[in-house]
Amino acid sequence: MSKVKTPRFHISKRGIIPRRQTWLIRGAAIVLALILCAIITTMMTGLNPVKVYTTIFEGNFSTSRRIWVLMQNIAILLAISLAMAPAYKMRFWNIGGEGQVLVGCLATAACMIVIGDKVPNAVLIIIMLIAAVAAGAVWAFIPAFFKAKFNTNETLFTLMMNYVGLQLVAYYVIVWEVPKGSGKIGIINQATQAGWLPQIGSYKYLLNILVVAVITVLMYIYMNYTKQGYEIAVVGESENTARYVGINVGKVIMRTLILSGAICGLTGFLLVAGTNHTVTTTLAGGRGFTAVMVAWMGKFNPVAMIFASFLIAFLEQGASEISTMYSLNQSFSDILTGIIIFFIIGSEFFINYKLNFNKTGEKEAQ
Amino acid sequence: MEQSGRGHKARREETDGRGRLHTEGQQAVFSAAFPYAMKHFRRITVRCNTRKGGDRLDTKTAAVKMVNVTKVFGSIVANDKVSLEIRRGEILSLLGENGSGKTTLMNMLSGIYFPDGGQIYIDGREVVIRSPKDAFDLGIGMIHQHFKLVDVMTATENIVLGIEEKGKLDLKAAAERISAICKQYGFELDPNQKVYDMSVSQKQTTEIIKVLYRNADILILDEPTAVLTPQETEKLFAVLRNMRNDGKAIIIITHKLHEVEEISDRVAILRKGQFIGMLTTAESNAQEMTNMMVGRQVELNIERPEPVDPKPKIEVKGLTVRSEDGILKLDDVSFTVNSGEIFGIAGISGCGQKELLEAIAGLQKAEKGSIAFVNDDGSREELLGMDPLSIEKKGVALSFVPEDRLGMGLVGGMDLPDNMMLRSFRRGKSVFTDRKFPRGVAENVVQELQVVTPGLSTPVRRLSGGNVQKVLVGREIASAPAVLLTAYAVRGLDINSSYMIYNLLNEQKKNGVAVVYVGEDLDVLLELSDRIMVLCGGKVNGIVDGRTATKNEVGLMMTQLRGEDADE
Repeated sequence: MSKVKTPRFHISKRGIIPRRQTWLIRGAAIVLALILCAIITTMMTGLNPVKVYTTIFEGNFSTSRRIWVLMQNIAILLAISLAMAPAYKMRFWNIGGEGQVLVGCLATAACMIVIGDKVPNAVLIIIMLIAAVAAGAVWAFIPAFFKAKFNTNETLFTLMMNYVGLQLVAYYVIVWEVPKGSGKIGIINQATQAGWLPQIGSYKYLLNILVVAVITVLMYIYMNYTKQGYEIAVVGESENTARYVGINVGKVIMRTLILSGAICGLTGFLLVAGTNHTVTTTLAGGRGFTAVMVAWMGKFNPVAMIFASFLIAFLEQGASEISTMYSLNQSFSDILTGIIIFFIIGSEFFINYKLNFNKTGEKEAQ
Repeated sequence: MEQSGRGHKARREETDGRGRLHTEGQQAVFSAAFPYAMKHFRRITVRCNTRKGGDRLDTKTAAVKMVNVTKVFGSIVANDKVSLEIRRGEILSLLGENGSGKTTLMNMLSGIYFPDGGQIYIDGREVVIRSPKDAFDLGIGMIHQHFKLVDVMTATENIVLGIEEKGKLDLKAAAERISAICKQYGFELDPNQKVYDMSVSQKQTTEIIKVLYRNADILILDEPTAVLTPQETEKLFAVLRNMRNDGKAIIIITHKLHEVEEISDRVAILRKGQFIGMLTTAESNAQEMTNMMVGRQVELNIERPEPVDPKPKIEVKGLTVRSEDGILKLDDVSFTVNSGEIFGIAGISGCGQKELLEAIAGLQKAEKGSIAFVNDDGSREELLGMDPLSIEKKGVALSFVPEDRLGMGLVGGMDLPDNMMLRSFRRGKSVFTDRKFPRGVAENVVQELQVVTPGLSTPVRRLSGGNVQKVLVGREIASAPAVLLTAYAVRGLDINSSYMIYNLLNEQKKNGVAVVYVGEDLDVLLELSDRIMVLCGGKVNGIVDGRTATKNEVGLMMTQLRGEDADE
């Protein structure tokens, strides 16, 4: 007598489901992630998970300074993500955001140091802006050019450009170090504040945030309503189709990467001229890579990317708060962040597929 | 063993009975194949049921029985409680329009999909097929439309690939077994030939032997003749008949009704995911099958109006094209396409059709030659060396329906208006795209060509094959072309959609458009085209009149280069 075993469940593809339901699935994923994090927190540290979550929240929102820092972090991360979005929508794997931001920082700092006291401040800032944007654009254009002409692998190329950018910064930090032997540039033009972006009222970060808000709106319009944005979408979906309708694929690749690099350069400019007034090799802080994740999480939609960058900036700031508060290792907060992001990305699976549970485990064969 | 042998004998008699039911023409072919099977009868009897030794096999039990099988994709019910029986020693045609659920049903049998409901019985025993491996273990083998072979390996290596056997891999023994299988059924295959040296038909043979080698006795073939010449199709059918006589159950998915009539014993018809009925081929005809398939009366004649005032539109002279690796794809090709005619191009696939159309459309570089577009006032534009954009800018109204619909003609992930926009987005000086116009085009196409879609904002990838093609052809016609190039415009399309495409092409022809129709179904080419150019290995092997040429003549021209009289 043989028995037929039916599997407990099988996976099948969903059709298009209402948007409300997709948000329910994502929400459920976050709740589940928080529960899992709570269990792990209790098991590993013995802390009360509710307290830990409260700390994460307070780390972001307890003082107005913290809120501003959070906003600034969101803005910078979002800006780099906005730079990545058109490149990735075109399926150009630009993982060189880090390098493109750094050369933007370096160009800004170079202008401040070299011609800081030789030209009027307004002119200086314009020159700094142009230099930073151009530097970022060039950094992205080089791999794009080789991709367009010789079909080189852009992933490796942009990655290598990161190291070149990083080493350039390391070199000039030594050239311009103040005081000699410190291995640091220190605050540039501290006395004259030449090349520092003006502060709006008493809000140090407001200007950066406003600039990024404008870029977000412009990028949304560019990607969705312009001919160039449409070309990017077509090239990303199918290069053959693009060629078939007469789109010059190489040209679109180079043009888009110039834009992508330019926004990275601009972000570098905001970092140096707007807030940090110095340049170090860690100024981009890995955000060139995190931005790739933000762009994908937001599916290259600038509005969705605001939420994605909020989530990541929020988690990072909260995580560093719990590691100081409970004198935990930074790695622990990384674990929590990792779990939450894993659940959010994993929830996409349940939006596209569903599990079907079979009623009976076993049936009798005839 | 003894028992199953007897069981087989009984089944054989039944087969013979059915064989006699065939129409006269097929009777001849059948008996031609028959002695061969007779000769091998003893061996077949011994071989046939060695697998799954303990199974009770009697003539009354179907090889495959599907009961109330259901499969749902999101909101679409692909198969709605389909019940179907396939017996041993018969060829069953599965007929249905695009999206009627044929392939889904067979995919569940071959373990690619898992059914949401219903039962499957093999030889009367309920089974659960979770994976292609489960299907193989049950003796079910599917030959897919797109071959899955490793180019750099030999036939033998491809065939044994993935079989987990204990002990050392013995390619020699495998090759011998393959030769034995070839001999048994009448295949022609060199076990040591590399796949990249094979013709499409040889690749298909390799795929079929691959499943036979795994002892499959239930074979599913998904549109096996789509890529074959008439002569190759004949050979395949002879082999299929041999396998049927050997007691195998064969299911064949096809759109070509005359092939259904020729090869199958019974026909199962699906419509919109539901099982409509089972016909005995000998007692039915193409018209009845079509009506059941479509659900209403369908006219099965392709109209062919006389060309009105034909004038040269495209003149190709001495066109020579090499592929990137230096292989000669087109060799000194010359011809003229007139306005108001349908110019058919026949040839085995890969004989330069793709390169020819792409060269005209500005997508393929040529070594030498010229492609001239003749304006109404007699002036000429040289198209060679231009890209699609500059051709468009010259004011040459050229439309192109490429072979690869979703990979070249359309963007799968975009919705209908965005796909219509591919042709119109450059219009106007504004940096912004005009979305109103393509939306209107999309609405028109959906309405006039009866595109079945949940809505305009559905990504075209989610539409069925026929509807995808309607969207593409609709867009290309919407730009009022002077020249319309089409590559395999009805490949994979059902009767209803195919006829709609033929009508559209005829309409364009009546409007004075020069229509180029690259096709693979010779019956259709001969019914539709005014003139047919036959390509063979990148050379023009002659241009014949579509009204007088015969299928055999064109079929021969496709495979054998003519001597001196190769020129027009």
